[in-house]
This record gives sequence, C-alpha cells and structure tokens, in this order.
Amino acid sequence: MPAQPLPIPGGPAKLALVRLSLSDFRCYRRLRLECGPEPVVLTGANGAGKTNLLEAVSFLAPGRGLRRASLAEPDRRHGPADDGRSGEPGGSWAVAAVLATPSGPLAIGTGREAGTERRAVRIDGVPRSGQKDLAERLSVVWLTPEMDRIFVEAPKSRRRLLDRLVYGFHPEHAAALSAYEHCQRERTRLLGEGVRDDAWLGALEDGMARHGIAVAAARRVTVERLDRSARAGWPQFPRATLALTGDVDRWLEAMPAVDAEERLRGGLKAARDGDAALGKAQLGPHRSDLAVRETTRGLAASEGSTGEQKALLLSIVLAHARALAAERGLPPILLLDEVAAHLDRSRRAALFDALHDLGCQAWLTGTDEEVFGGLAGRARFFRVFDATVTPR
Amino acid sequence: MGGPEIERLIELLARLPGLGPRSARRAALHLMKRREALLEPLADAMTTAARAIQVCSVCGNLDSRDPCGLCADGKRDASVVCVVEDVADLWAIERSGAFRGRYHVLGGVLSALDGTGPDDLRIASLVARVRGPGDAPGEVREVVIATNATVEGQTTAHYIADRLAGTGVAITRLAHGVPVGGELDYLDDGTLSAALRARRAV
Repeated sequence: MPAQPLPIPGGPAKLALVRLSLSDFRCYRRLRLECGPEPVVLTGANGAGKTNLLEAVSFLAPGRGLRRASLAEPDRRHGPADDGRSGEPGGSWAVAAVLATPSGPLAIGTGREAGTERRAVRIDGVPRSGQKDLAERLSVVWLTPEMDRIFVEAPKSRRRLLDRLVYGFHPEHAAALSAYEHCQRERTRLLGEGVRDDAWLGALEDGMARHGIAVAAARRVTVERLDRSARAGWPQFPRATLALTGDVDRWLEAMPAVDAEERLRGGLKAARDGDAALGKAQLGPHRSDLAVRETTRGLAASEGSTGEQKALLLSIVLAHARALAAERGLPPILLLDEVAAHLDRSRRAALFDALHDLGCQAWLTGTDEEVFGGLAGRARFFRVFDATVTPR
Repeated sequence: MGGPEIERLIELLARLPGLGPRSARRAALHLMKRREALLEPLADAMTTAARAIQVCSVCGNLDSRDPCGLCADGKRDASVVCVVEDVADLWAIERSGAFRGRYHVLGGVLSALDGTGPDDLRIASLVARVRGPGDAPGEVREVVIATNATVEGQTTAHYIADRLAGTGVAITRLAHGVPVGGELDYLDDGTLSAALRARRAV
C-alpha cells in the first residue's frame, strides 16, 4: 500500500494567478487574461503563442524565465503585418499579474526597464531591487520539452532544476548562488591573468566558501524534503530517490557546515595552480550533481525509457509542490509545457487529480483539447491562435 | 534645433548620473531661461570647483585644500580610521555625526572582471598610513572597514583585513543587522541571521 499523502495544514491553500497582462512580450502586443484559482489549459497549433504565455508567467519568479532568455530577448518585434516594418524592435516588455493569496490579492509587475539593461520588479506598485522579493512571495516551477533529456544531459541542467526547487524553500538561495558564481568568475579571471595576489585570491576563496556552503546546504535540505515528500508519493507515478553527489555534499554529510567551509577554503587555495591551468575551479557546489533513481527497481533515471523519465521528472515536481504546500502553505504555480500529451491515460488522470488535491494552479499547454478531457469542469480552457487568446 | 553650443551643453548634461537625453534637454533649457540667476552662477561655481577641488593626499577625500578639512582637523581622533569605498560613503557617515575619527577613501572595490585591482585602489597608502613612518608604530590603533555589504564590498573588506594583519591594529567592520526602527517580521532571513550572529550583551 502506498503511504498516505502528507497532510497539508489548513487544507489546500491557494496561490493562483487571477489576472495576467502582457505588453510587448514576444508575439503579444497587449494581452489581458482573466483566470480563476483552477488550472489553466491553453490549446492551439504549434507556434500560436502558448509557450510565450508560460514564459511570461515564469518571469514572476527569479531568474531568466523558462527559455533562459537574455533581458531584451522577450521584447516584441513588429511583424510584417503590424505596420509594414519587419523585425524592428517594439517597446520593452512587461508582465503584470494579480495573484490571489491567502492574505489577499498581490500585484506583481516585472519587465525590462526602458532604455536600460535592468529588470524592474514592482510588488504592489512599490519598486523592489532584488528578485529575492519575488521568491519570498511565490514559487514557479516548470517542465518543458527541452527538459525531456535532463537525466542524460550534463549535470548543469539538473543543478538548474534543483536550484529552482530550492528557491521555493529558501528565497535567499538565488542571492547566495549569484554571490558564489560572482566570486568564482573573479577568481578564474585572476588565475587566468596570472595574478597571484594571495590576499585577493584568499578574499575571493573566502566568498566562494561562505556562499558555496550555504548553496550546498540549502540544496541538501531541499533534497531531504523532496525525498520525504516522494515517499508518500502518488501510486501512478514512479517514485524518485534523490541524492546529491559532489565533494562539498559529502563533506556536509560528515561534518558541520563551518568545517566544510574551512575545507572548501583550503581546497581552493591548494588547487590554484591546477585551476589556473584548467581555466576553472575543480572544487565547489558548481561541481555537484543531482543523482536520481527510480526507487522500486533501483534503476538510474537515465536508464529508463523516455516516457518513464518524463513521469519521474513529473513526480519530483509534484513531490516539491506537496512539500512546499505543507511547509509554506503555498503550493508553487506549475507550468507544464506539452506534458500531458506524453502521459498515458491513467497517468494523465492521476496528474489532474494530483493538481486538484494539491490546490496547485497549473498552466498546461497542448495541441489537442481532447487530451485535457479529464479536467473538464475543473480547469479554465483557452484557445490560443495567432497571438490571441480566447476563452472556450 | 539650437546651435552647436546648446547641443554641446545638452550632450554634457546627459552624461550626468540620473539624467538622460530628455532630462538633459529640459535642464539645459531651464538654465538658459535663467541665465543670470542660474546659468552664470553655475558656470562660475563649476570653474572655481574645477580649479580648486583636489583629492586629499592623505585620505582620498575631495576638498579645496590638501590635506582635506577632515584630515587637518586636530579635534578628530587620528587613532581610528574608517575605510570607505567612495566619497559618497564618507559623506553618508559624516551626515550621521556618529564618527569622530579620520577616513580613508579607497576609490572603488576590487573587481577582476572590471579590471580594478589593489593597485587601482588606495590600499597601499592605507597600509603605509597604518604602519606609520619607518619602524616606529603609527598613531592608528583601529581600522573600521565600512565597505558596502555587497559581494565586491565584502571581498575588498576581506582583502584589506588580510593586508593589515600583523600590523597590530584592531580591525573592525560595521555591524550587519536590524535597521533602527525596523520590524523583525519584515527582515529577510539573511539579515536576520547576520543580526543573530552579531548579537551582544545588553
């Protein structure tokens, strides 16, 4: 018998986007979408603009969105039919959203600040400097067709997924990660230029050690949470066993964080010559990997079929949603791009039920509406055609 | 539009921080309309400033004399030196009125990516200042590192502490934590844990 799902205190809490407004975003000049707390289903032909909508929602979380776009990339280009000019830049993009939260409505606006290379964030009309403010208020997690090969690709994409899952529990993780990467880049540059200033390198290695161990510790705690949540999993989905592999992760198993920090500091200092020759640091949380196994058969995720890998990925994301709902009372917003069509009928039904039980607002896309039949009456359906969105 | 003189004025104004081409045009127009009340006095003030303002050879502050007014002030405590990134930070601390020691302005922060190294900052002169002339101990007893709480600021602070190690002076840094009048509930986790680590007996 599968274990009972973790209880969610106070019943399923709702965090949902109830209004989404876009201006000059990708193919959309202006768009306003009103939705409710229930899942949103977007159907339409390839290239109609479904994924652009998901990308817009993904910008409500820290980072570069689900396409990892540069800041100016989502700016709308005038199409030939628009005003005769082709490929001319439009205005700078903006995404505004109203969220329903347990403590009332919350307005979030973000976009490229006109004429600058800065991303502006406003919460309830007040400008905020850091994207951490976003992570404190909501968590957005996505699955896209590009992630289908995540278990066979290089570790970088798995770390990226894990870090996104960590943001939900540790809003300061994004800042720690970027501070770590900053110190890492600076150190690599110094070593590459042959600068052997012991004090300068030491200062950067100290930054790498402090921020790096904070990054590794937050990942470790999150993996434990996901593992616990996965144990009470949904029977229709394969259960994932997660583990972090990497030197710093092993140290954190064996010793207190301050000692791991000291060890990383010393390790980096000792590795200067080798790192200079390689042009990169060989030690640190940027070398960690998320190892995923299918629990029942004990197989590494990469050994499963494409369909099984997809189901495993989905089960990790659902475990995260449940852990987040239980711990923070706020499930994440899930963006599932072309996910439903690749599941068999029973898993699809299980996914829809899981979304319902979690009180999760999911945004699902697909080319065929039939696939989403199981959500009839429980979701809001929209048809996307040539950058216009109409309710069904 | 106007002649090359006006264009040049607008172009230069647009290079000021916080001004773009549009606001520069507005400012230029405003100045020209108030020629006697604003444009000429401003031009005079700028000429005078350009001639008189210099960088203090002791601390790096900006003043019309060298050493600057703060370094020359005998009533200030020369045994405590506060290290700041920029003159703007010096002004901020002076506005608080809470510090009666001397300053040392670095002129930036360490950044390998921007090509700013220790030699581009006033670090050697800080070390020399702290060590004192010859083998005799200097008069500095404490160095307060007041760089920003950014990644670069903290790297620079660490670097300076390292360079001053062994000089025998006390090295301190500004506390990180609960802002005056701040509510705990609104603080982010990082600040709150920094405040907890830096707690002290009351």
